[in-house]
Amino acid sequence: MQTLTINGTRHDLDIEGDTPLLFVLRDTLGLTGTKYGCGIGQCGACTVILDGQATRSCQIPVESVGDAKITTIEAIGQDAVGKRVVEAWVGVQVPQCGYCQSGQVMAATALLQQNPRPTDGDIGQAMTNLCRCGTYNAIAAAVRQAAA
Amino acid sequence: MNDLTPLRLTHATSAASQEPVRNLSRRGFLGAASGALLLGVELPVDPALAQAEGAAAIAPKPGTRIAAFLEIRPDGTVKLLSPFVEGGQGINTGLAQTIGEELDLEPSRFVVECAPPGPDYAVVNGLRLTGGSFSTRSSYAVMRRLGATAREMLLRAAAARLDVKQDTLTTSDGRVVHKASNRSLGYGELAEAALALLPREDVPLKDPKDFRYIGKPMARLDMRDKSTGKATYAIDLKVEGMLHAAVQHAPHLGTEPEALTNEAVVRAMPGVHSIHRLPGAVAVVADSWWRARKAVEALKVAWTEPAADGLATVSGTFSSAAMLAALKATREPGLSAEAEGDVAGAFAKASRVVEAEYDAPYLAHAQLEPPSSIARFNGDGTLDVWLPNQMPELFQSVAAKVAGIQPDAVRIHSPMLGGFFGRHFYYGSSNPFPQAILLAKATGRPVRVLWSREEEFGMDAVRPLGFARFRAALGADGMPLAIQTVAVGEGPIGRWFSSIFKAPVDSSVVEGLDKKPYAIPNRRLDYVKVAHPVTISFWRSVGHSMNDFFYESFLDEVAQAGGKDPFALRMALLKDSPRHATLLKVVAELAGGWKRGPFQAADGTRRARGVSMASPFGSETAAIAEVSLKDGEARVHDLWIAIDPGSIVNPAIVKRQVEGAAALGLSATLLEQVVYEGGTRQARNYDTYPILDRDRMPRVHVTIVESGAPMGGIGEPGLPGVPPAVVNAVAALTGRRVRSLPLAKEKLSGV
Ligand code: FES
Ligand code: FES
Repeated sequence: MQTLTINGTRHDLDIEGDTPLLFVLRDTLGLTGTKYGCGIGQCGACTVILDGQATRSCQIPVESVGDAKITTIEAIGQDAVGKRVVEAWVGVQVPQCGYCQSGQVMAATALLQQNPRPTDGDIGQAMTNLCRCGTYNAIAAAVRQAAA
Repeated sequence: MNDLTPLRLTHATSAASQEPVRNLSRRGFLGAASGALLLGVELPVDPALAQAEGAAAIAPKPGTRIAAFLEIRPDGTVKLLSPFVEGGQGINTGLAQTIGEELDLEPSRFVVECAPPGPDYAVVNGLRLTGGSFSTRSSYAVMRRLGATAREMLLRAAAARLDVKQDTLTTSDGRVVHKASNRSLGYGELAEAALALLPREDVPLKDPKDFRYIGKPMARLDMRDKSTGKATYAIDLKVEGMLHAAVQHAPHLGTEPEALTNEAVVRAMPGVHSIHRLPGAVAVVADSWWRARKAVEALKVAWTEPAADGLATVSGTFSSAAMLAALKATREPGLSAEAEGDVAGAFAKASRVVEAEYDAPYLAHAQLEPPSSIARFNGDGTLDVWLPNQMPELFQSVAAKVAGIQPDAVRIHSPMLGGFFGRHFYYGSSNPFPQAILLAKATGRPVRVLWSREEEFGMDAVRPLGFARFRAALGADGMPLAIQTVAVGEGPIGRWFSSIFKAPVDSSVVEGLDKKPYAIPNRRLDYVKVAHPVTISFWRSVGHSMNDFFYESFLDEVAQAGGKDPFALRMALLKDSPRHATLLKVVAELAGGWKRGPFQAADGTRRARGVSMASPFGSETAAIAEVSLKDGEARVHDLWIAIDPGSIVNPAIVKRQVEGAAALGLSATLLEQVVYEGGTRQARNYDTYPILDRDRMPRVHVTIVESGAPMGGIGEPGLPGVPPAVVNAVAALTGRRVRSLPLAKEKLSGV
């Protein structure tokens, strides 16, 4: 039995402890906003915020989550920074196919929660998620806009 | 038992002719037939219609039946059933702008969904597909007319309802207005009555100078959903009672599972429902995908042996290096793809001859959404399939074949795509949906098959590896007198659409090498077919993705041999082609003037620039790249791209599409190659198949020139100019010519 706190709600789950958090979110809890891209920590499509840190949920076995608080894209509107990030994303018209963007928004939100005025270097360090559609410049512009 | 081999498309059906789409012949794709062609697969409606009686017997002219496209709801919003699938290219928004313009409805009030299969949607010259950068240009006129026709019907219905003359009515954003009596009716209130009317065929279209939406950078419709995780892709879908399947494919394409040695152990793993053998794969069905995946990866499978040797199949020794060597070794005379002037004569009097060979590797699509499909057989014998696809009718036909039922018993659901780039056409065993159908049949339950990223890298249909050999004859003045090109290989059109496009020269192999705008009087282009044993595919910009790299790099070699600046040579060769000369001037201005370099940039780095042109998909492009070297790698700082698509619908979407295509082109230039060794693909994930990351993303400056030429494509044309522009800059920096991609294969150093 695993107990997880996701978007402020506790869930008791009967599931193998080595299951990656990503698949618990998507398949067990139906929180499909978090995406599966690579499963090996390369792409960042699965990014959630775990105790304030942008975290690639495909790399987190549920048994290691413990008491940590998990925020997924579904709760992005409940966070002041997250809301600003979404508005910037819409304003700059960032997404193309959109598949990577949940993860991008979560990474940006975690960055701005910790560092409200990031430099371009900070943005480069924090925003390492892949985007096959090449929206990187729009992402950087949106992060700067959300920070301003 | 299941036909997963390439489709032999047999009976071609002619559809009602429609407005011709200009410029489609560019790719030799659709222009050949006078009566437009439908894919010769058993399109579900055709046999039925042939036997049907009355109104149903008359196939509607595609793109004209309002009710097939527009559902005007009581609240005044409009659901648009789109012939196309949205995958980030912005087609949903473009259609809403185009129809909304003539219908007089704000584009943001459209909700757009991909339509189910049906003859109404065959708007790409009688075909239905999302690809070839065809969507906007092929449907623009039809969609405008659709909007205008619908508006006229609403006006007519309102005239009857208000008992006034129709010409006293106007519309204003979703309402019909009678100014004189100060009355108005919402479209939603009129929809039912309007749709019962007979559409008129002669409704005038708006004068473009009155456009409010077309040509404007309207916001895309799906931005908020895509920024909040609400956008739904195939991978997110769930149907009642569905089981999850994970697969393990044969290590060598074409081999089959022979024995499973630990079946009992795997069957006892948590959540496992059943174990299955599939063509070229094994599958585990379980109550969750993670459990299915763990189980299928634990499965010990003995596979049949591949052929020991050779290139006819993916043999035990097949390698991409061997394939390239075979293309290079091919010296047979080719089929003539283009012949102009007296090439032999030009070489006879040349004062100098330049020769070079170029190649480009197999490439993966690496779209971020791994492919998945859900299949569900229903009590009434019908089948529902949810799957990423660019051609619903084709998938319907194949699904029917796999299921052993009639196509009209198959419902195809086409969700938004998490990137496609050509990935989601029908490529035989590179598509998961046949597996989903077989497993749903075997288990009697709805089944979702999801390929892990590793399986996707193993099974993705690849951009063909390609090769071209060039010779140029230079005159005493250093100007090229003749260019002779041989393209060797195989293309996706020949592989997958040969029964429709019977031309012996595969346009998807030679595009980008032919029909150049340069005034080189003597030209010859030959095509030699050498088939690949691997599954090949369309990949964003198809043949152009490599051929423009080949040609435009070689043109720089010609310039160098003739002692010319590459920009000046192009300008000279474009003296008779003002459209191209303009574009070249525009891109130079955008870049603050042309200079090749090397030169020292403000930040102290040593940089150079490369230039290129391309004529992809009915559009024209010119590109300049500014590059430096760092740690043996090319660093691209800026890309300037000028695109002339004739005319456009949404400049904001155009610019982003060009930027995205440029990013993909740069990714391929710098990093990407699918390598086969010992008959298997080496890279199985992004760690070993790196793609462009944020750190390598240059600034991209795009400018649009609307020359008024027939509308060209947008989704792909931004790509082809990037590889040659970058590699030409690298040549200026290193003094060496790279003729084989990607650049990452070697360490670069300056001179
Ligand atoms: S899915 Fe987790 S990093 Fe790619
Ligand atoms: S928007 Fe398509 S992968 Fe990023």
